[in-house]
Amino acid sequence: MPGNVPITHYLFLSTALFTLGVIGVLARRNIVIILMSIELILNAVNINLVAFSRHLASVSGQAFAVFIIADAAAEAAVGLGIIIAMFRNRGTIQADELDLLKW
Amino acid sequence: MFNEFFSRQDLLLIKPAVLLALFGCGILLTDLLHERRHKYLNAVTALLGLGFTGVQLALIQRAMSAAGYSEVSGFSGGLVVDGFALYFTWIFLIATAIAILFSVRYLEVENEHHGEYYALMLFSLVGMYFLATAMDLITLFIGLETMALSVYVLAGFLRGDRRSNEAAMKYFLLGAFSSGILAYGFSLLYGLTGSTNLRAVADALVARPSGDPVVYLALITTATGLLFKVAAVPFHQWAPDAYEGAPTSITGFMSTAPKAAAFAFLLRVFLVPLAPLRPAWEGLLVVVCVLTMVVGNLAAISQNNTKRLFAYSSISHVGYMLLGLVAGNETGLKGIAVYLLVYVFMNLGIFTVLVALRRKDIIGDEIEDLSGLFFKNPVSAVFMLIFLLSLAGIPPTAGFLGKYFIFLSLIETRHYVLAVIAVVFVVVALYYYFRLVVMMFMREATDPERLNISPGVAVALAITLAMTLVIGIYPEPFIRLAAGSVLVPFR
Repeated sequence: MPGNVPITHYLFLSTALFTLGVIGVLARRNIVIILMSIELILNAVNINLVAFSRHLASVSGQAFAVFIIADAAAEAAVGLGIIIAMFRNRGTIQADELDLLKW
Repeated sequence: MFNEFFSRQDLLLIKPAVLLALFGCGILLTDLLHERRHKYLNAVTALLGLGFTGVQLALIQRAMSAAGYSEVSGFSGGLVVDGFALYFTWIFLIATAIAILFSVRYLEVENEHHGEYYALMLFSLVGMYFLATAMDLITLFIGLETMALSVYVLAGFLRGDRRSNEAAMKYFLLGAFSSGILAYGFSLLYGLTGSTNLRAVADALVARPSGDPVVYLALITTATGLLFKVAAVPFHQWAPDAYEGAPTSITGFMSTAPKAAAFAFLLRVFLVPLAPLRPAWEGLLVVVCVLTMVVGNLAAISQNNTKRLFAYSSISHVGYMLLGLVAGNETGLKGIAVYLLVYVFMNLGIFTVLVALRRKDIIGDEIEDLSGLFFKNPVSAVFMLIFLLSLAGIPPTAGFLGKYFIFLSLIETRHYVLAVIAVVFVVVALYYYFRLVVMMFMREATDPERLNISPGVAVALAITLAMTLVIGIYPEPFIRLAAGSVLVPFR
């Protein structure tokens, strides 16, 4: 029964996933990996929402999670589109080679 | 058939957004019918859509005042149309209309005139509408993403231009990152309170014992996400790059309508669900305000690219507006509303002139490109001067009015030190704004090429100048409008 697992376990898992995602965004140089780290953050959010939804016996958390999944897909589509446009012009997808505009 | 799910009132409340979305799809379809040289018809369709939306909004407003309601809610409390939402939606509509007016010729010069541009603008407007009206965490988040995803694409609209690619990339990465942090904060708020409705969240937070670390984690992540969206220091790094690389017309759009929407979002979240935590976030916000004014103004001094300069200037304006939230009394919140209205007009005015500077083979976004503007085109140089004076906050222009209410609210709430810092940085701002004035009026023109004033640009200039002066000289009706938009902080 998943009900036997206390809510704090889920919270620790999601916090760990969230932290990994943030570290990934800040430390990695490859833009595709940064994009994957952002997805990791959104998955941490989903774990939170679904765990809370079950814990509180309220359905709106699951509805929120479904919307986040849809949003993650839309974000990936736009992000990959921008990556392809950039790769065509620059031939690189390294974040530290984005230096036409100073950071 | 849907009667059990939606009432007629629900449908009425989302009608403006539905109209915008339909017109956006309509533009995508009719774009295929237009020949290359008739692409301006897409702009006409978009303006028509904005017009219909405006009429719809006015009808809602009239029905509300006829029935004596101050707010109408729909979708089981998930959507609320009140004075705040209406005021901000009008700002978004007007800002987008002006941005569309000055985009037409710019896109022709760039040779990237596609219908998608206008469709994406309308889609982002749909997101902004929901940011202003939503009363539910889910609706707010989806509204935010609808707006942001459209604007990411618009920032990279010049597909062949490396700088535009890079701007879109940086804007997208940091925007998606901050949305993720914000969503994490929202998920914690939901877990703490068991509801996604903003008022229920506030009720539940009041009931919680103070000093709960998870409450602080939720507050920190939500606040970080929100401050990223309005580009407050230390979460501002994306703004100068995104503003510099994006097409100039989109920079003008990005720095006004989506910025006002992000502000509406921030105000709604800080004043309703997070209002019980005010003691926790007030000190934090003071630090962010001071940093934003310091970094925004000081970094603007050394910029040689006009778009980058105005990116930093818009960061510093965010600092002033947040001060109204620090004060938090009615004057302060009214001040933010007035400031945003005024800011939209003066900033769009500036960008109208910058868009006109883009001609074949001349990019026109370096400060040098402004040199001798007065001798080439005295009218636009004088207009630019008035917009710059307004941005600096010199009376009798509108910019003074926005700063006046913010300073007044700081004095009223005894934040004297903050008021002094804010005034000092007005002087710094005058310095870098006047660098541009010196360029325009005292240097010889470097390129003899005439300015590209299309009918759309002329209309946009006329509207923005008229509003900058009218709000400055006869402010009463606008102050009354802004006062009607003040959101009562949740107690």
